[in-house]
Amino acid sequence: MSSNPRLSLGPNLFYWSRDDIFDFYAEVAEMPVDIVYLGETVCSKRRSLRTEDWFDLADRLSSAGKEVVLSTLSLLEAESEMLTLRRLCENSRFMVEANDMGAVQLLIKQGVPFVTGPTVNIYNPATLQVLANKGLKRWVMPIELSKETLAEMQAERPEGVETEIFAFGRMPLTLSARCFTARSHNLPKDDCQYKCLDYPDGRLLSTQEKKPFLALNGIQTVSSLTCNLLPETAEMKRLDVDVLRISPQSQHTGRIVEAFHQALQDETPPPLDRYVPLGTCDGYWHGGAGMERLKG
Amino acid sequence: MELVCPAGNLPSLKAAVDNGADAVYIGLRDDTNARHFPGLNFNEKRATDGIVYARRKGVRVFLAINTYPRPDGWERWQAAVDTAAGIGVDALICADIGVLDYVSNRWPDLNLHLSVQASSTNYEALRFYQENFGIKRAVLPRVLSLSQVKNVVENSPVGIEIFGFGSLCVMVEGRCILSSYVTGESPNTCGACSPAKFVTYKETPQGMESRLGDVLTDRYGKNEQAGYPTICKGRFEVGENTFYAIEEPTSLNTLELLPELQAAGIEAIKIEGRQRSPAYVAQVTRVWRQAIDACKRNPDRFSARAEWNRELGKVSEGATTTLGPYYRPWQ
Repeated sequence: MSSNPRLSLGPNLFYWSRDDIFDFYAEVAEMPVDIVYLGETVCSKRRSLRTEDWFDLADRLSSAGKEVVLSTLSLLEAESEMLTLRRLCENSRFMVEANDMGAVQLLIKQGVPFVTGPTVNIYNPATLQVLANKGLKRWVMPIELSKETLAEMQAERPEGVETEIFAFGRMPLTLSARCFTARSHNLPKDDCQYKCLDYPDGRLLSTQEKKPFLALNGIQTVSSLTCNLLPETAEMKRLDVDVLRISPQSQHTGRIVEAFHQALQDETPPPLDRYVPLGTCDGYWHGGAGMERLKG
Repeated sequence: MELVCPAGNLPSLKAAVDNGADAVYIGLRDDTNARHFPGLNFNEKRATDGIVYARRKGVRVFLAINTYPRPDGWERWQAAVDTAAGIGVDALICADIGVLDYVSNRWPDLNLHLSVQASSTNYEALRFYQENFGIKRAVLPRVLSLSQVKNVVENSPVGIEIFGFGSLCVMVEGRCILSSYVTGESPNTCGACSPAKFVTYKETPQGMESRLGDVLTDRYGKNEQAGYPTICKGRFEVGENTFYAIEEPTSLNTLELLPELQAAGIEAIKIEGRQRSPAYVAQVTRVWRQAIDACKRNPDRFSARAEWNRELGKVSEGATTTLGPYYRPWQ
């Protein structure tokens, strides 16, 4: 059996300038993606775009025929962040991707259908069922789960719930109160001087053997390797995956989207290795360590 | 303000009870809890003995079932819940929504606490768990400043427990997969961060090296003591510098904040360290009991006594302590 998955562009995890963000999404309007997730999910100090600007961008992409979903901050700490969260959850036009349980709660109270992002912990069908009863429309499988787990989840998936897989990008691995990018410049978080702007795909962290390991992205840490499940599109079709997520990077996102689009049309896409910052991995998908490259 | 102490085995539980804990938290001997270490934790018989011992002295026992079952493990988590309910624990500490749902349906009278592993940092998230599963208390992740903690307490529908002392998770608990990125196993899935079976130490011409899997986490000089290769406590290269890019090996110690925590209405202080020795549990429990009692007697004149901090310093990771995220400049 073969369903036809759609392509999504995940929220941009990194911090870019206002112009770069607008230029990027102008290009996205022309890309063969069906769903675009918009918003700041990492750090509330990043204000190249205000909430208003995100809404404008959402309108624009929506007019271009994209399904737009607004993504919420993943780690909520301050009351000011709760205010922004409320604004997003109470918007009446666009669906919202909840990236923490506070957002889930607000969306349930609104009585609207919602998406959960990869940092909402859905590890078993019982959890999926509870959230489905509350309005869950689509879930993004947590990054560390494998295709075996996916198959078991799909077998018991509640009616009407869609499954989205993080298929391409540097993987968000963790969040902290501390800003590691600021720390790497010997600056406190409260005076970070927006250093993240200098690292549009995160700041590389290597081992003392000079092996690339992680990338610092403010309070978030991502993998230095890029998860690449392009060779797995047939398998994802077989597993009835509804949406494949591509996570934006500062360069070549359009080529990557194009390659996935081709793969879903059963054409042969070009390999993507030359379009990533530092090599690819697929370990989580195959049930191994995330950083491993087991196939592909 | 209640003192909640860790126990990885029966001698530790007794040490906590004897030295003044109000409650002790334990786990079963499998991956249903976040300290799934070889040789650690309780079988049903031992847990029952522990509960009997604690009850006799008026101390409560909580049991953590705070990892995230994947579909193929679901029955094991159900069985753990049923075991805990059967032996009469005073509360279950859970994180997974499916598990919480199971407990609240199957054992509606069992007290539920939300584990730190549920990664809930704000009162709206706590409302979700209170409204849907009737949780009575929540343990906050170690990511909030003191003023942020206060704001959560003011708006929370349930009592708040926070970490006061012990190894410091720098990342938001329940949403960190650095461990499985390197090893395939994480606290969420397997109940251990940086599991020991992936750890190696090797003497080399450049010094002692510690690794997790294939990843070099640190190199130690002649006079340095090698630490455990938890990824977030390693020394790495960023730009031109080699340093503790994430966090130094250090312990959280909030002793000096006690009056503020009490004034904020914190319901309980949690001590980390189920993997530590009975001697650690005894020492830390004793100091914290004295400190909390002193703070209750006279919060205005409370100060952390030098001898307390000296005692705690002896059992701290890296032998240094920090206020961690509660103190804004740390962030």
